[in-house]
Amino acid sequence: MSQPSIETETETQKQPKLSFKFNMQSYTLIIALLLIAIIFGVFTGGEFLSARNLSNLFTQMSVISVLAIGMTLVIVAGHIDLSVGSLAGLTGGISAILHVWFDWNTVWVVLAAIAVGALLGLWQGWWVAYRAVPAFIVTLGGMLIFRGILIGISKGQTVAPLDPSFSSIANSYLPYALGYTIAVLGVLLLFYGTWKNRHKRSNMGLNLAAPAVDYGKVTGYSIAILAITYLLSRYYGLPVPMMIVVVLGGLFIFISSKTAFGRSVYAIGGNQEAAALSGINIKRNTLSVFVIMGALAGMAGVILTSRLNAATVSAGDMYELDAIAACVIGGTSLMGGRGNIVGAVIGALIMASIDNGMSMMNIQTFWQYIVKGLILIVAVWIDISSKKQTA
Amino acid sequence: MTEYALQMENITKEFPGVKALDNVTFSVRKGEIHALCGENGAGKSTLMKVLSGVYPSGDYDGNIKINGEEVEFKNIKESQEAGVAIIYQELALVPEMTVGENIFLSSALMRKKVIDWNEIYAQSQYWLDQVGLDIDPQMKLGELTVGKQQLIEIVKALTKHAEILILDEPTAALTESDVEILVRILRDLQKKGVTCIYISHKLGEVLRLADSVTVLRDGQTVSTDPIGDLSEDKIVNKMVGRTLDEFFPYEERQIGKDILEVNNYAFTSVSGEKVAAEVSFSLKRGEILGISGLMGAGRTELFTSLFGGYPGKQTGEVKIDGEAVNIKKPSDAIEAGLAYVSEDRKRYGLILGMEITKNSTLAALKKVMPKHIIDSALEMKHAQELTDKMNLKAPTLEATVNQLSGGNQQKVVLSKWLFTNPKVLILDEPTRGIDVGAKYEIYKIINELADQGVGIIMISSELPEILGMSDRILVMSEGIISGELSREEATQEKIMKYATTRREQRESAIN
Repeated sequence: MSQPSIETETETQKQPKLSFKFNMQSYTLIIALLLIAIIFGVFTGGEFLSARNLSNLFTQMSVISVLAIGMTLVIVAGHIDLSVGSLAGLTGGISAILHVWFDWNTVWVVLAAIAVGALLGLWQGWWVAYRAVPAFIVTLGGMLIFRGILIGISKGQTVAPLDPSFSSIANSYLPYALGYTIAVLGVLLLFYGTWKNRHKRSNMGLNLAAPAVDYGKVTGYSIAILAITYLLSRYYGLPVPMMIVVVLGGLFIFISSKTAFGRSVYAIGGNQEAAALSGINIKRNTLSVFVIMGALAGMAGVILTSRLNAATVSAGDMYELDAIAACVIGGTSLMGGRGNIVGAVIGALIMASIDNGMSMMNIQTFWQYIVKGLILIVAVWIDISSKKQTA
Repeated sequence: MTEYALQMENITKEFPGVKALDNVTFSVRKGEIHALCGENGAGKSTLMKVLSGVYPSGDYDGNIKINGEEVEFKNIKESQEAGVAIIYQELALVPEMTVGENIFLSSALMRKKVIDWNEIYAQSQYWLDQVGLDIDPQMKLGELTVGKQQLIEIVKALTKHAEILILDEPTAALTESDVEILVRILRDLQKKGVTCIYISHKLGEVLRLADSVTVLRDGQTVSTDPIGDLSEDKIVNKMVGRTLDEFFPYEERQIGKDILEVNNYAFTSVSGEKVAAEVSFSLKRGEILGISGLMGAGRTELFTSLFGGYPGKQTGEVKIDGEAVNIKKPSDAIEAGLAYVSEDRKRYGLILGMEITKNSTLAALKKVMPKHIIDSALEMKHAQELTDKMNLKAPTLEATVNQLSGGNQQKVVLSKWLFTNPKVLILDEPTRGIDVGAKYEIYKIINELADQGVGIIMISSELPEILGMSDRILVMSEGIISGELSREEATQEKIMKYATTRREQRESAIN
């Protein structure tokens, strides 16, 4: 009987070391982000970090963030979706046409855009899941088809202007009081959740990290939340599109970590055959992933159209690549089975920061492409070489 | 001149924190087949990596002599030039290329500006003839069975004039008839003066093939003996310090009433071809039913089909606990109380990049979702209980399963299926590629489950395992059950007789 106790002892000894290693990996992203902030902050004389610019930055990143949230699920499931840029353009176009040409109410327009996105996602997912056509091909086709439809139904015209009720979706801010209330509630919820989780784990007799580690982390997050809220409140307040990203991000963090569907997606991407023999329905879950991606592309289309106050035929062009890059920078593996939503959103923020910072520095646009391309390659290289070291 | 082809003296190799090899001495006579045995982690692979220059000289302590002359290899190429060739379990061949191209893939013949295909095929033919393999060198390699591909690896090594041939678990993927060919090739090579080092877990083969055996344990040489002084029992004893009788911990058990009944069950492949003829059998509570047969007898296909994991049509009747069930997909099977541990755990059993915790709850996730939401703390608690029962060795349960050894991976697979509380547990080659110590632990777990009343079906190609563990044995051949034996009447000979029964013979015997 003495042997098991010895083993648990060595287990607890080893645990802190390993979790530290894991944290190092996710913190590289934060470090990269801080570096970018410092570099641009210095080169723009602090202008990059001004309240006004941060507000712009968080608004700019919203479309790619929404797409990247869905893309994370798609890539984790072992697929890819090249159609999301076109799909966001198409759903945005449809919403503008219904709104401007047919006088639909804004609420119905938003719902219609999401529904059309989900429906087209269903169509693509059917090909991938039930007809076994590789997602790369199906969505490459979708990319062309959706762009074609957009050009067709809009007759090649820009659809504008939008009613304020529509354009305000992506161009308005939460009132200061509401913003602070939400921030404080978020912080309280974080502390309560951590306390409750620790309480439960200790009741079950499980290993716990030192309180300083758990609460230290939460304190760090809280400071970040309050600082961002304060900064943005010095401008017009929390931008609505940013709050959409926060809500969707929270929802999908929950879905990916706490639901059977989320777990199944990771299992399918990790090893489809083993997942199938464990009783997981591969086809239905794959289909769901594409439906969700479509619906999110619809939401992204709405934000995009609202922000531009118009729908154009080239809206969302190449956004799929930015979304994929955001996921990959955020640590999602193109092999499937590994990735997380927070990383993807931070990845989107990094991509948006580079666009934003470089244009503030008056660097010509072509450099943005080159730098973003290089960052993508380096991000994946760091990921691969860090994995080699641990293996 | 010396009588030794290879002498490795006082080899010590340290990794940060671990002494993988501790003063190991390993001497191989010229022209002999020398088996190297030991549990996983005993240091066999490390020793061979030292020999082949994967770990360059200076990275380890000790001397290596080939034909009496001291050598210091800085890389694999130098060891190859000195006549050392290693054939790993994982093949280093290109399936899309022809046999001839593969044989000469790394040779100068393929490096010429203009490749002379006729020469390549002629030379390939020569070497294939040399070892008596009847294979067309212009055939695509991928069209050969895995076993034949492994033999091509050996041919490839011969073209480099290997004097010391190292085979790392060569028979893991071979069928009986391929093993026969391998044995013949090795005997032939022996006559030609090639020295062979043979690493294997299958002690039966070692006894049949080897001239002498060196056993490693925990990075140290236990002994080197001529084969005449050894038996399977003695080798196992040296490897783990345990004898074979203790190895299969069989005890009389209370066997209950039927838990699984299969009547006139038949199934087809996707294309509608009949894979197995109508089979009927039953399994009782607490019974271990061994399923024996040669490779390709349809054992795996039959049981994956019963589990709903084989595409194609099924006919016949399946009853669990007296109730007819209709299993179309694995989730139906799990619901009905079946669990299936597949023969290839990496491919069909585990999500390698996923944590131990999440793997262990995957087949019964609902049990950790009390409010339709995954309760991580509850999940961790269950995982800890399951893996404690299995005596799983892992740094933490949040480690991904690809960091574990084969035996520990298999314990994760078992945990996963035990979490579904199965009534019937199907084990397909449960101890394949697992070291002796972990095997013993898995046998103990299987017995405990049977004691608790789980009906167990154990498919195995290893006859000692079948004979040592089963209460009753079914033998399959060509998609039918060709014989049934009780524990008392079963012998290796009787099983082999049934396993080689041809369908026509059986039918004519009945008529």
